Amino acid sequence: MLRYIGRRLLVAIPTLFLVITAAFFMMRAAPGSPFDGDRKLLPEIEANVLAQYGMNKPVGQQYVDYLVRAAQGDLGPSLKYRDKTVLDILKENYRPSLTLGVLAIAIASVIGVSLGVLAALRQNRFTDNAVMTVAILGVCIPTFVTAPLLVLGIASKLGWLPTAGWNDGALPNLILPIVVLALPQIAIISRLTRAGMIEVLHSNYVRTARAKGLPEGLIVRKHALRAAILPLVSYLGPACAGLITGSLVVERIFNLPGLGKFFVISALQRDYTVVMGMVIFYAGLILVLNLVADLLYAVLDPRVRLA
Amino acid sequence: MILASERADTLNRAVSVRGRSLWEDARRRLFRNRAAVTGMVVLGLLVLAAIVGPWLSPFAYDQVDKADVWLPPLAQGHLMGSDALGRDLLTRLLVGLRVSLAIGFVATFVSLVIGVAWGAVAGYVGGKLDEAMMRFVDVLYSLPFIFFVILLMVTFGSNIVLIFVAIGAVEWLTMSRIVRGQTLTLKNKEFVEAARASGLGRGAIIARHIVPNLLGPVVVYVTLTIPAVILAESFLSFLGLGVQPPMASLGALIAGGASDMELAPWLLIFPSLVMVATLMCFNFIGDGLRDAIDPKDR
Repeated sequence: MLRYIGRRLLVAIPTLFLVITAAFFMMRAAPGSPFDGDRKLLPEIEANVLAQYGMNKPVGQQYVDYLVRAAQGDLGPSLKYRDKTVLDILKENYRPSLTLGVLAIAIASVIGVSLGVLAALRQNRFTDNAVMTVAILGVCIPTFVTAPLLVLGIASKLGWLPTAGWNDGALPNLILPIVVLALPQIAIISRLTRAGMIEVLHSNYVRTARAKGLPEGLIVRKHALRAAILPLVSYLGPACAGLITGSLVVERIFNLPGLGKFFVISALQRDYTVVMGMVIFYAGLILVLNLVADLLYAVLDPRVRLA
Repeated sequence: MILASERADTLNRAVSVRGRSLWEDARRRLFRNRAAVTGMVVLGLLVLAAIVGPWLSPFAYDQVDKADVWLPPLAQGHLMGSDALGRDLLTRLLVGLRVSLAIGFVATFVSLVIGVAWGAVAGYVGGKLDEAMMRFVDVLYSLPFIFFVILLMVTFGSNIVLIFVAIGAVEWLTMSRIVRGQTLTLKNKEFVEAARASGLGRGAIIARHIVPNLLGPVVVYVTLTIPAVILAESFLSFLGLGVQPPMASLGALIAGGASDMELAPWLLIFPSLVMVATLMCFNFIGDGLRDAIDPKDR
């Protein structure tokens, strides 16, 4: 097990390296510089500014410098927010993104699994059809449609919830963003659970359990569910990627001070170091989650041997 | 005489009952699926509207009319109203649908070509090459891709060709995995062995025998990739990184509608409806195709 974790982490290093390299050179290939402002800087001042950030050196040298510092955990200063380092910005803005992401996936798992199990137990009957219709809608209605429509209907016209803002994470401010983020996840999770459950309910050991005369509720909870939610574990990584994508939209529409909003703004402003920091952060997050998913899978399914 | 002609008739009928091919079976199952057929009909209408609609409209999609701003639906010949610049929403919606569909089809085609070639070669050649190629796919899989697409758009500016390439380059990964898996099972089949025994080269076997037999799962995945691509493009446009005004796409229209929704909700509602309808059609067709081609899941 430990050896497996070690090897996976070793594989993660070249991946991260690739991410950093690609992001670094793509950012530098972009036209414009972080120091383009409304007023053109005097050439001497611009030269000084560039020198201060080490940007007067050749790009190759800058790249090596960046790698060395990043390996030591130093992601550099922000080029736009003069007094802040990239780590400061990550630290100050991760909270809304994390809160929303974790709550959304937790709520989506509970609701999605319940709906999926319900649909599987009532296969091809009304409940099943209803749940699957909702699931298709959930997949087909993107976040950038649900978010403005919910704001327009529930927040703006009915006035039940605030239209935007973070407000230190007060519950009313959280509800709409979480709903928007969770809906597509609920759809996918309920479909996965239903498919897994239907397959498991036809398996031999479930038939054995029935033959023993165990009550159906016990079979579903103890025997079937555990195997049926296995596909969900492998879905953890993609789910995280989906939430990150969703958070870009949600943080923009609800005007939340999260990382997603920062990323697009920083990329447009050519704030090289901040963009790099966020790419590294998210890539690391996805790598770790994929590893956790694989480990969990092995724990839940003894047939899987990690080698 | 009568008997003989009757016998001939029976014989004819027997001859006319031909064996049904797998594809014919699949087609029958597909056409019996009500959701899939509805999806095909609606999608057909949407595609038709996107192609001919803008020509039939009395307005141009970028025609600004300072006198007719913020018109609600049905006012002064604007069936779906007009936006802040007095442009006709229906015309813009049709053009936007055209752009989104075009991006969907072209980018999916890009991903199809890369994915099938990559997966078929990896699966058929096998060994070290397979391992290297699939490891590469694994690495790409674990990247936060949306960030790279965003960076790409920021770096090279938003032009439509780049959107095709960027999205197509992201979407080929799953395709290559599916194709590789299928290839692995196909390459040990008798007909491939026969082809090999008759001296056919590797490239020819992949092109003539492997790829055509991959068609089933590939077709299913393609119909599910198109909506994913449309979604990705709209997502970029929503963030302001996709197609640029005055050009329209479904995502760009929804983004515009979302910022003006308090004043003119129709600008948000109509594009959203078309977007959802389009995505649903593709998903219904995809699900129907999967059930038809691979009936073991039913």
